[in-house]
Amino acid sequence: MHTATATRISRKTWVLSAVAVCVTLIVGVCIGAVAIPPGDVIAEIGNHIPFTHHSTQPSLNSTIIWQLRLPRVILALVVGSMLATAGCSYQGTFRNPLADPYLLGVSAGAGLGATVAIVSQHSVAHWVLPIASFAGALIAVALTYSLGRSALVGRSSTALVLAGVAVANLLTAIQTLVQQRNAEKIREVYAWVLGRLNTAGWGDVRLVTPYIAICLIVLLRYRRVLDIFAVGDEEALTLGLPVNQARAAVIIAASLGTAAAVSVTGLIGFVGIIVPHILRLIVGNSYRVLMPLSLIFGGVFLVLADVIARTALAPQEIPIGVVTALIGAPFFLYILGSRRSADLT
Amino acid sequence: MTNNPDKKTVSDSRNTVTPTLAIDHLSVSIDKKQIVADMSLNVTVGQWTCIIGPNGAGKSTFLKALAGILKSEGSLKVDGNDLRGFSEKDRACWIGYVAQDPVFPRGMRVFDYVMLGRTAHLNLLASETSMDTAMTELVLRDLDLIDFSHRDVASLSGGERQRVAIARALAQASPFILLDEPTTALDVGHQQEVLELIDRLRAERKIAVISTMHDLTVSGMYTDHLVLMSQGRSTVSGSPQEVLTSENIKAHYKVDVDIIDNAGFPMVLPRRNAQ
Repeated sequence: MHTATATRISRKTWVLSAVAVCVTLIVGVCIGAVAIPPGDVIAEIGNHIPFTHHSTQPSLNSTIIWQLRLPRVILALVVGSMLATAGCSYQGTFRNPLADPYLLGVSAGAGLGATVAIVSQHSVAHWVLPIASFAGALIAVALTYSLGRSALVGRSSTALVLAGVAVANLLTAIQTLVQQRNAEKIREVYAWVLGRLNTAGWGDVRLVTPYIAICLIVLLRYRRVLDIFAVGDEEALTLGLPVNQARAAVIIAASLGTAAAVSVTGLIGFVGIIVPHILRLIVGNSYRVLMPLSLIFGGVFLVLADVIARTALAPQEIPIGVVTALIGAPFFLYILGSRRSADLT
Repeated sequence: MTNNPDKKTVSDSRNTVTPTLAIDHLSVSIDKKQIVADMSLNVTVGQWTCIIGPNGAGKSTFLKALAGILKSEGSLKVDGNDLRGFSEKDRACWIGYVAQDPVFPRGMRVFDYVMLGRTAHLNLLASETSMDTAMTELVLRDLDLIDFSHRDVASLSGGERQRVAIARALAQASPFILLDEPTTALDVGHQQEVLELIDRLRAERKIAVISTMHDLTVSGMYTDHLVLMSQGRSTVSGSPQEVLTSENIKAHYKVDVDIIDNAGFPMVLPRRNAQ
């Protein structure tokens, strides 16, 4: 750090991140109702190329790994990456360290969109869900942003979060109403409100990964731009940033990705705030560093949270959304407290 | 893209013709209330123009209109092209801006902050090249800030902040730089340091500086051209000797002052009326 250079991710951090992802994947696959030794997992994965795994005589472990554990772990990895990166993106564009897809009401909006899609059709085509979720998510973020800016006192970032809470509650109430009026679909809908990874198969992974991959690529490319937002709209404009256009692009990509995630896993909160915040404490506030690391550790975090969800009260499973909320809500309060006097503007 | 001063054809012409910012009958309204009216001004590179005037005269609003933050009516041309037709990026290549109270984001390192100035020269989704980091380093060295590179901008003192903000404008490498009250928050020592720095850079780099300033004496010492704004209009403009007269100041600031000649610079000394 003695030479004058731009902030970037050190080689050491890249190596640590890669190790963290590998270890987490193995842990995620090993732990469960049937414990599988890590050696078997590595051997099994080594023997296969994904999606062409129909060997003639699959062993029991092989089936558990390929049909149950791995798709679930991969889904958690993908969804966790998306939620953390989306949180980080909202924090950058709104200049607000408390922004998170769940707290901004984006997840609730996506939930409402998907609920409406589920109840309004006899059998929902798979690909409709992410799009309906996306529409709901965009409406929610627009509502929250305009409310947070106008109705409440100007620049406080708590105003945005309050608006988000109000919007999330409103949309959740509407969603509950829609759900009630369509009792026959209630089970299908209800599974998601609490967030779930347990029905995950390769189908879900295939459904959301393309959406999420595109959104993540777009958002990562905006990481330098997110640092420009930090100086405020007026200065960013005079630096040559087309502020509104850039903000819209980031919000759309983050909301689309969140919506895709929500459409298969339901509402999983706080990932977008816990992960970037811990990273901020370690690597600082530059988004060119925070964004890639949030992507990586968002995935790691959700896989580990899912391990807790599967094992804490085994043989029963705790919904993953409950686990992240149990970890996240106290954490959120802690951030709120520690930042109150410092830089909540 | 033809409006970008970095482009070869334009920068060639910059060596022969000095770029001029021509402001003609510029007006700015906020919420249908006219804040700036009929401002006309020509600025060429290498000049330091200073806008003075009482509080609420519209000085900051005028600079914000030049910077493209606020919409304006009338003519605002650089080398014959209307600035308001430019993209954000192209405009930023021409005009740099240092706000009166710039934002120094907590946790942002000085190097990264100064490198934000390179935004105007990068495509939206591009990353900085080694040339951008080299330019940033050069500016930091020039302003004796290189040892601060790793510091958090939010932790800097007032004088350091102002230098860092100017460094960012220099990294932007635009021929026109707008400085809104660059010395208000500084003590007399740091004030002088910053003003001398601006003066040196303007001469060395052939930059046109347009600043607003509160201290009349100081504005007369450093700048070539003063514009006295009052109620949104330019009332008097010209050399410090022409503008800083006790009559002009009485008329627009409503205060009695004595003007003393201080080695060729008019010194403005407020007079206290006997109670």
